[in-house]
Amino acid sequence: MSVLRPTTIDEAVAVLSAQPEAIPIAGGTDLMVHWPHRLELHEKTFVDLSRLTALRGLRWQDGDLVMGALTTYWDVLLDEQIGRRFPLLHRAARQVGAVQIQTRGTWAGNVGNGSPAADGVAVLMAYDAMVELTSVRGVDVVPLRDFYTGYKISHRTPDQLITAIRLPGIPYRTQIFEKVGARKAQAISKIGVAMVEAPGGWVVVANSMAPTIRRCRAVEAVLNSGHPISSPEALHDTILQDVHPIDDLRSTGEYRVRVMARLLYHDLREHIAAFS
Amino acid sequence: MPLAPLLRREGLAKLSGREQYVDDLDIPGALHGITVRSTSARGTIRNIRFDPEIDWSSFVIVDHRDVPGLNTVKLIETDQPALAATEVRHIHEPVVLLAHPSRRALRKAVRAITIEVDPLPSVLDFTVRPTPEQIQHGSDNIYKQITITKGDARSILADAPIIVEGVYRTGAQEHVYLEPQGMIAEEVDGVIIIRGSMQCPYYVHTAVCHALGREADQVRIIQTPTGGAFGGKEEFPSGVAIHAALLALKAGRPVRLVYDRTEDLAATTKRHPSWTRHRTAVASDGQLLAQEITFLLDGGAYMTLSPVVLSRGMIHAAGPYHCEHISIDGRAVLSNTVPFGAFRGFGAPQSLFAVERHMDRIALRLGLDPVTVRQRNLLADGQTTATGQVVADGVDRQGLLNRALSLSDYAAKRETHRQFNIDTPDRRRGIGLTTFFHGAGFTGSGEVYLDSKVAVAGLPDGTIEVRTASTEMGQGTTTIFTQLASDRLGLPPEAVAIAQPDTAVVPNSGPTVASRTAMIVGRLVQEACDDLRRQLSLDATDRGNDVAEAIRAWHRTHPNGLLLGQGHYRPPPGIEWDEGTYRGEAYGAYGWAAYVAEVEVDLRTYGTTVLDFVAVQDVGTVLNTTLARGQVQGGVAQGIGWTLMEECQWEDGAMTNNQLTNYIIPTSSDIPPIRVAFQETPYPHGAEGAKGLGELPMDGPAPAIANAIAAATGAEAAVLPLTPERLMADLDR
Ligand SMILES: Cc1cc2nc3c(=O)[nH]c(=O)nc-3n(C[C@H](O)[C@H](O)[C@H](O)COP(=O)(O)OP(=O)(O)OC[C@H]3O[C@@H](n4cnc5c(N)ncnc54)[C@H](O)[C@@H]3O)c2cc1C
Repeated sequence: MSVLRPTTIDEAVAVLSAQPEAIPIAGGTDLMVHWPHRLELHEKTFVDLSRLTALRGLRWQDGDLVMGALTTYWDVLLDEQIGRRFPLLHRAARQVGAVQIQTRGTWAGNVGNGSPAADGVAVLMAYDAMVELTSVRGVDVVPLRDFYTGYKISHRTPDQLITAIRLPGIPYRTQIFEKVGARKAQAISKIGVAMVEAPGGWVVVANSMAPTIRRCRAVEAVLNSGHPISSPEALHDTILQDVHPIDDLRSTGEYRVRVMARLLYHDLREHIAAFS
Repeated sequence: MPLAPLLRREGLAKLSGREQYVDDLDIPGALHGITVRSTSARGTIRNIRFDPEIDWSSFVIVDHRDVPGLNTVKLIETDQPALAATEVRHIHEPVVLLAHPSRRALRKAVRAITIEVDPLPSVLDFTVRPTPEQIQHGSDNIYKQITITKGDARSILADAPIIVEGVYRTGAQEHVYLEPQGMIAEEVDGVIIIRGSMQCPYYVHTAVCHALGREADQVRIIQTPTGGAFGGKEEFPSGVAIHAALLALKAGRPVRLVYDRTEDLAATTKRHPSWTRHRTAVASDGQLLAQEITFLLDGGAYMTLSPVVLSRGMIHAAGPYHCEHISIDGRAVLSNTVPFGAFRGFGAPQSLFAVERHMDRIALRLGLDPVTVRQRNLLADGQTTATGQVVADGVDRQGLLNRALSLSDYAAKRETHRQFNIDTPDRRRGIGLTTFFHGAGFTGSGEVYLDSKVAVAGLPDGTIEVRTASTEMGQGTTTIFTQLASDRLGLPPEAVAIAQPDTAVVPNSGPTVASRTAMIVGRLVQEACDDLRRQLSLDATDRGNDVAEAIRAWHRTHPNGLLLGQGHYRPPPGIEWDEGTYRGEAYGAYGWAAYVAEVEVDLRTYGTTVLDFVAVQDVGTVLNTTLARGQVQGGVAQGIGWTLMEECQWEDGAMTNNQLTNYIIPTSSDIPPIRVAFQETPYPHGAEGAKGLGELPMDGPAPAIANAIAAATGAEAAVLPLTPERLMADLDR
């Protein structure tokens, strides 16, 4: 294993351009999991991002929230303004691992890892986040909702570094995040739902329901239509238009669909008069 | 006089990270070892292929041909090979061992070895009768069959107007001790010395002597500080020790064989899965008229301890109730999965879950409160258990139940839940109850057979050393023995050392299992103290400095002498047990308990939260309140895990979720306040009146929680674990 330690973004992207098989490493909380057994990783070159001070911290710009790629869950939890403007970021951050992971794990790493069960990605996508990708070729900005093209496959090319995540400063009404894990803490989501009511309509994001985290356009359309929903079961077909959850070690496809429907139904009945 | 309180003696070393576990020991020149395992559930080994890409000359390689003695892990039976020779019976069965200076090289090497197997039909469901091609043990794959008969249940059931039936199942459970299995072996001057994580040094000693063909004095087993065990380090370490020794002998150097978590989860023993059917004749007032019980255990691929797990499960299967007519039929059967083994409770949690869930079914059927059904049937002094043992210990069992009801506010909660469940669309609350018992010590004549011995040495400086084979594994042996010896001789705790269990030093006080340590071995520690005093010609009034001074004086007149007080087990009077008929005194003493759980079920997710837990028990005199409460709280937490989330997932008899990300144990956020209360009825033959405690708290949570879930939702709640997925299917019925 070799580790490169660039100190500027220019250096870092130059390295990635010269060695596209090199792997960026931020908190390492995904990359180091089961390390002793992932022998194939031991031969690789890693690009340690920890010295890229330019990627640290978050700032507000024209009302938008811009998180540098090294922003951790803990950084977000310490920021009260985020708690007011984007409360789902706090709610998700508090449920990621425990304090050790929250202080080391980064939002960009969560995006970069691309797990279909990533809690951070779900709430970022609900807030319509934009991913800033930088390479020697220039800067690309990709909406997170279009970022993933398949299981752990994204638009990021190997020479690109995620440099920032930007959340548009829009006022939201209802904001809901549900994480269903096999226990109350330190659990990987079996089902996650992040949804917000934006000026342009509902945004509904499902995690652990498909090979990627994704927007549920059919569910959004039903919610936007304002038609009453008679029961959780009435949502099953709509959900299945959006996602096709599988049986795996953590749960069953059937459970996932039914519980997602029940979460939507029960969580929204307080918010939408039409449901009662 | 209660014993003076004492903090856990090894507590600070553990809290501060200074404790040295086996993997922390710095043994110069030690190689690492690793185990190459079967990837087939059953078959004949055709070939073992070593990938030529690897330079095998740098590895120490061991297979069955390197076993100098008998190629078995000796326990009740000798059916389990130390290393598979011609046939494998489960995935992860050890076949080849490797040693090398580098752990990484070993991990690579394991992947470069293929064990080629011609498959044979495997048994993957222990509840289905095997076909002839699947037979691997005796004529029927049954490791052990037991029947317990009291009265004539069959004829009562034949004429009974009300019969309540039910089938209950429980799943496997992993011990998840924090420290995985591990041993270091080396040969020094012709003696094989094995250090490692274990509960029972003399079990390991016997097994190693047997497999290595060595005399007792050529093998020395030393327990290292053990980071949890729960039964998982009762019999399993014997195999690890044999493996480490085989590698060390072939390497001519020390070898360290320490499992990592994924290997430990995949390859080690687990709690026996169970299947229980109850048919019960009841009177309309809830009185039990006849109980007919069938109890099946999945033994896995080798016998290990299954016969005795079955035995304990069956003795507890009828519950702590009086019934004149009981018939219990039980079998432990083979399947081609990793062998199941000892786990806290040892069969009783399984059978008690069934009977206690069934008691609530009976109550429901009769329209009675579950409390009433239990009050009507709880054993009273003078009545007999399923094996005909007369209960006469003076324990107020009705009082235990009442205390649990009042501490949990049972009656009022039932009312508030009724209203809550009407008012709340997406949540349901319920409260559940269980009354149960747990026999302490070995079953029947087991303690006589163990023939336990303890020594207390008086040292030249006037201090003493307690020498037993009973191990500290987090439960408090060291602290309790210190308290007992210090109290007995009036010496300060600092003047009492507890010898690290080492078969070259300590006598065999039996295995550290079956909730026997404080009660039985603790008593022997007291007797050894008395014997020491006798040897010093002191009488019982001589304490403290008089004792220390007498010890020093003895050594002045006996330079280099060995001053040993001895304790030797003698059974209490009136204990009679017939192994053939399963009649008699199954246990010298029972702990009794009443537990209450309050739950909330989220109807959106089918997830269960335990809101409150009350655990009331009589375990005789409590020797150390902090430790005792810790045992109960820990047992309840482990029980909550088994009940709600811990599930081994299987494919071809191998665990597929062998990582702690996917094998889910409870976190502190999943555990409610656990309110513990003791009623103390001294047991005259236990140390200071103590009875067994360690296993009892594992028995209660499952039925209490399942009964609470049933009360909340109307679920059957008959299959554990009650994961949200399973509860969803249950409520769909
Ligand atoms: C105990 C434990 C609990 C966990 N719990 C949760 C949980 O509850 N919810 C959850 O969603 N996740 C959880 N995780 C996973 C992990 O912590 C998160 O995904 C975290 O956000 C990863 O961030 P990191 O900085 O550690 O990523 P790393 O491990 O450093 O990297 C992850 C991936 O992203 C890539 N990457 C990182 N930064 C960049 C960048 N700037 N540009 C391009 N690529 C990049 C890396 O190459 C790698 O592929 C848990 C992990 C552990 C070990």
